[in-house]
Amino acid sequence: MRADASILHLDLDAFFASVEQRDKPSLRGKPVVVGGLGNRGVVSTASYEARAYGVHSAMSSAEARSRCPHAAFLGGRFHAYRATSRAVMKVLHDVSPLVEPLSLDEAFVDLRAGAVTDLSPAALRTTVAEIKDRVHEVTGGLHGSVGVATSKLVAKIASDLQKPDGLVIVPPGTEQDLLRPMQVTVIPGVGPATAERLRRVGVHTVEELEQISEDELVRVVGSAQGRSLFRLCRADDDRPVVVERESKSISVEDTFDTDLVDPALLGVIVGRHAEQVAQRARKAKLSGRTITVKVRLYDFTTHTRSTTLPGPTDDPRVIARLARRLVTEVDTSAGVRLLGVGVSGLADWIQDDLFGDTEEEDEPLPDAPAVASFDAHRARVRWVPGADVVHTAHGRGWVWGSGLGRVTVRFETAETEPGPVRTFAADDPDLTSAPTRPEDDQPE
Amino acid sequence: MKFRVERDALADAVAWAARSLPLRPSVPVLAGLLVETGDAGLVLSGFDYETSTRVTIPAEVVDEGRALVSGRLLADISRSLPAKPVEMATDGAKVSLTCGSARFSLQTMPVEDYPALPDMPTASGTVRSDVFAAAVGQAVTAAGRDDMLPVLTGVRVEIDGSHLALMATDRYRLSLRELEWSPSLGDFTATALVPAKVLADTAKSLTAGGDVTIALSSTGTGEGIIGFEGQTAGGTRSTTTRLLDGEFPKVRALFPSESATVARVDTPTLVEAVKRVALVAERNTPVRLSFSKGQVTLEAGSGDEAQASESVEADVDGDDIAIGFNPGYLLDGLGAIDAPVAHLAFTQATRPAALAGAGDLGAEPTLDFRYLLMPVRLQG
Repeated sequence: MRADASILHLDLDAFFASVEQRDKPSLRGKPVVVGGLGNRGVVSTASYEARAYGVHSAMSSAEARSRCPHAAFLGGRFHAYRATSRAVMKVLHDVSPLVEPLSLDEAFVDLRAGAVTDLSPAALRTTVAEIKDRVHEVTGGLHGSVGVATSKLVAKIASDLQKPDGLVIVPPGTEQDLLRPMQVTVIPGVGPATAERLRRVGVHTVEELEQISEDELVRVVGSAQGRSLFRLCRADDDRPVVVERESKSISVEDTFDTDLVDPALLGVIVGRHAEQVAQRARKAKLSGRTITVKVRLYDFTTHTRSTTLPGPTDDPRVIARLARRLVTEVDTSAGVRLLGVGVSGLADWIQDDLFGDTEEEDEPLPDAPAVASFDAHRARVRWVPGADVVHTAHGRGWVWGSGLGRVTVRFETAETEPGPVRTFAADDPDLTSAPTRPEDDQPE
Repeated sequence: MKFRVERDALADAVAWAARSLPLRPSVPVLAGLLVETGDAGLVLSGFDYETSTRVTIPAEVVDEGRALVSGRLLADISRSLPAKPVEMATDGAKVSLTCGSARFSLQTMPVEDYPALPDMPTASGTVRSDVFAAAVGQAVTAAGRDDMLPVLTGVRVEIDGSHLALMATDRYRLSLRELEWSPSLGDFTATALVPAKVLADTAKSLTAGGDVTIALSSTGTGEGIIGFEGQTAGGTRSTTTRLLDGEFPKVRALFPSESATVARVDTPTLVEAVKRVALVAERNTPVRLSFSKGQVTLEAGSGDEAQASESVEADVDGDDIAIGFNPGYLLDGLGAIDAPVAHLAFTQATRPAALAGAGDLGAEPTLDFRYLLMPVRLQG
């Protein structure tokens, strides 16, 4: 914990949904839900209008639809979120070189490392208000909530206090007064399971947590978390703002609309995932030596299997070969709902294989009908609601809905007034997906 | 059954025959060592359905017969006996063992349940045991240890007349040892994939006598086995093992036919330098070697961590080259060439490097053993 409030936490309000409302004028002021749209989708972000109906992130899309049937349900447009996020991070970098992004819409800034010299509450309020204005400007109208405090813990909690468009500065020395009446779940890392363990020993608030001795806390929640909680509940947090959070693994996973049983199809999907993992590793100039697969079965039991190579690789064939072998260690006969492939143990060098170039591709022969029908199903959802499209005559717009061989498009952009809706055949040659910048194209 | 035998001869024979017995046998009798007496003297045999061992030593046979006793227990006992003659005899359902005033009574297992050991194939030829053991030791350096890739845990044996080749690879390096041997038939040709661990253990344990006989059926019918037989001071040792299935990769073609850079370095000096520099290479992160006129510079470690560098005198012909290796693999190769001078040939920093030994800095490399090593590619 520092002597002055010099750690800033910025959290963009309802980020994905706000970007959608910015780019789709007809949705401004209306409930918008961004997330997975299939039967098994999960809400990523709900706009404040949708939250009024009880829709919140991590809720199943089905539940969200029943609570707020008239909301616009959109698939994500990560390229747009990424570009917007980049603009916001640049604003923060102008304030201080020490910026630690936590995700696309959230970051810590160490103000002491930057140009901000006057950290008195009054001066700070002016500085932060300016930062918020800049964010509003560069994002084309988005709002962020800011907390400033003497530690990461309190800054993050403070940014959440006056959402949306909030600004809370916690003066040094008042941190514990702020935390004490709050529920224990306010402390990062205290999820439902830990909260339940604490509730059983009569602890609901941070103040009650403070009464517990370190030894007892370790007995209740385990050693690592117990020790950390003992300090955090006293606002004792001296974690520094770290510029680059080194990624520890690279993985790709996919949830299927129907459970997959065909081993050949699973093999093909593993191969595609391996290809994507290798591509992302190469782009980041990284390699990995531990290959992991994650298999979630029809009944939600989740198996992970991993194997470690003598040296790191970025070869999609090697990753695919090992991942396929690992998948066969799991009994998938009853159906797989999620399949993931990842590499960890990252390094910046690669132990190549003597047979790399000569070896024949050991891709299993895809069972043609199964793969074709899987791909056809995926292709039908090509016109994802919310996706950007271009029509040769009507210009730029977004997919309003699709089905039965038709696709409905609303022609509007961030710069236009709410625009008209038109329906086309799904295979209309005049209608194409809008191009995106390749570096924005990867989902997180 | 009843016999008397020298204590040391018994202890050596039991230790050798019992070494391949399974720790957790699928059937209890496989933990047993078969003790037989007959015209040849004392015969001890062990078998785990993969590998069989049989050792014959001279003994004073009083009664012919056979018994199956726990191999591990008999090995522990015979190793600990005083230096006196040993007498063993069946005693009802037990076997008694007497040595000086020490007496043991061992339980027996039903001999009739013990599987028949595979027959030794017809002898294919012979090779000097010390030469064979050294060659196998070099060849197994590169063998894989990943049981999920069983083909690469084997040593490929190729026989063409008097020419014998042993090769192994774990995908990252490759060793190829070629030697002459004496085939029983001049035009004998055969190939086999022998489990590397069994081959290494066997070759090492047969060095006491002059020659090793290799027995390999050249027609690949049924489940192939290979047999080895050698003489030791006290008797005859033979072992058979089941061959591995699968297609061994075509590895000879991987050796580059030309090279852009050739370096000759004093082997012990290079080994010492690699070991020192590699101290900062955690988890076998690469050691970088930069060859230029007259020297090679070794470096390891990165900016964020500890770093080390050292230069060693080297005779370098051709283009300068900078190349990275897993230090473990490089040291294995430098150890295996077993020569005062290491001869390294490179084409490109991303292509395999060939390693061989030479007698001195001016000499041509001896190509009876070659080690091919895939370099590490550095990102960024």
